[in-house]
Amino acid sequence: MTLSDLRRSFARNLFGGMVACAMLAGPVAGTAHAQARDPAYDAARSAGKVGEKMDGYLGIVGQESAELRRVVNDINIKRRALYAQRAQAANATLQEYALTAGCLAILRTAPGEKYQAPDGSWQTRTSQPPMRDSRCPA
Amino acid sequence: MRLNKPTAGLRPKAVPIVAATAMALTLAGCISVNAPEEPIVIELNINIRQEVIYRLAADAGTTIDENADIF
Repeated sequence: MTLSDLRRSFARNLFGGMVACAMLAGPVAGTAHAQARDPAYDAARSAGKVGEKMDGYLGIVGQESAELRRVVNDINIKRRALYAQRAQAANATLQEYALTAGCLAILRTAPGEKYQAPDGSWQTRTSQPPMRDSRCPA
Repeated sequence: MRLNKPTAGLRPKAVPIVAATAMALTLAGCISVNAPEEPIVIELNINIRQEVIYRLAADAGTTIDENADIF
C-alpha cells in the first residue's frame, strides 16, 4: 500500500465516520427531551436500592448485587462523560460541575427515593426539602 | 559534627527567655486544645466554592433535563 492509498483510505474512513455520527446524532438530539430511564434503573430507584450521592453520582444503598452494580456503573460512567463535557464548556472542573449536578439531583428526588445527606448517611426523601450541602443553590 | 553547630552556637542568654515565654503561655492558659464533642464531618471537596456552584447551577439543571434517562 502506498502513501497515497493510505491517505485515500483514511479520508474515506473519516467521511464514513462523519456520516455515521450524523445519522446517530440525529435521532438522539431529536428525542433529547423524551428520554426515559432504563426500567431496571427506574425500579431500583423507586425501591430505594440506589440513591443520589452528594458528588453527583449514583450510589448503592444497602445490599450490593452484580446486577445493581452494573446498572449503577453504567449510569455513572455516562454521567461522568456528560459532566466532563459540560464542565469544559462552562470553564469549570469536573468535580465542581458534578457537585453542582449532585445538589440539583438530590433536590429533584421524589418522596420515597434515597439521597445522601451532608453527613454521608442515606436518607429517604420526604415531602420536606432534602438535607443538602450548605453550598448548594436554593 | 557540623549538624550540632547551630544548637551549640545558640546564645546562652536566649535559652532562659524562650523557657520563660513558654512557661508564661502555659500558666496563662492561652493555648487550650479540646477534642470536639460532635463527630468530625469531612466536607466533600471543601475547596469548591459556593460562587462556582451558583454559577454552574442553571447549566447543570439544563443538562439534567436533557439527559433525564441517566438522572
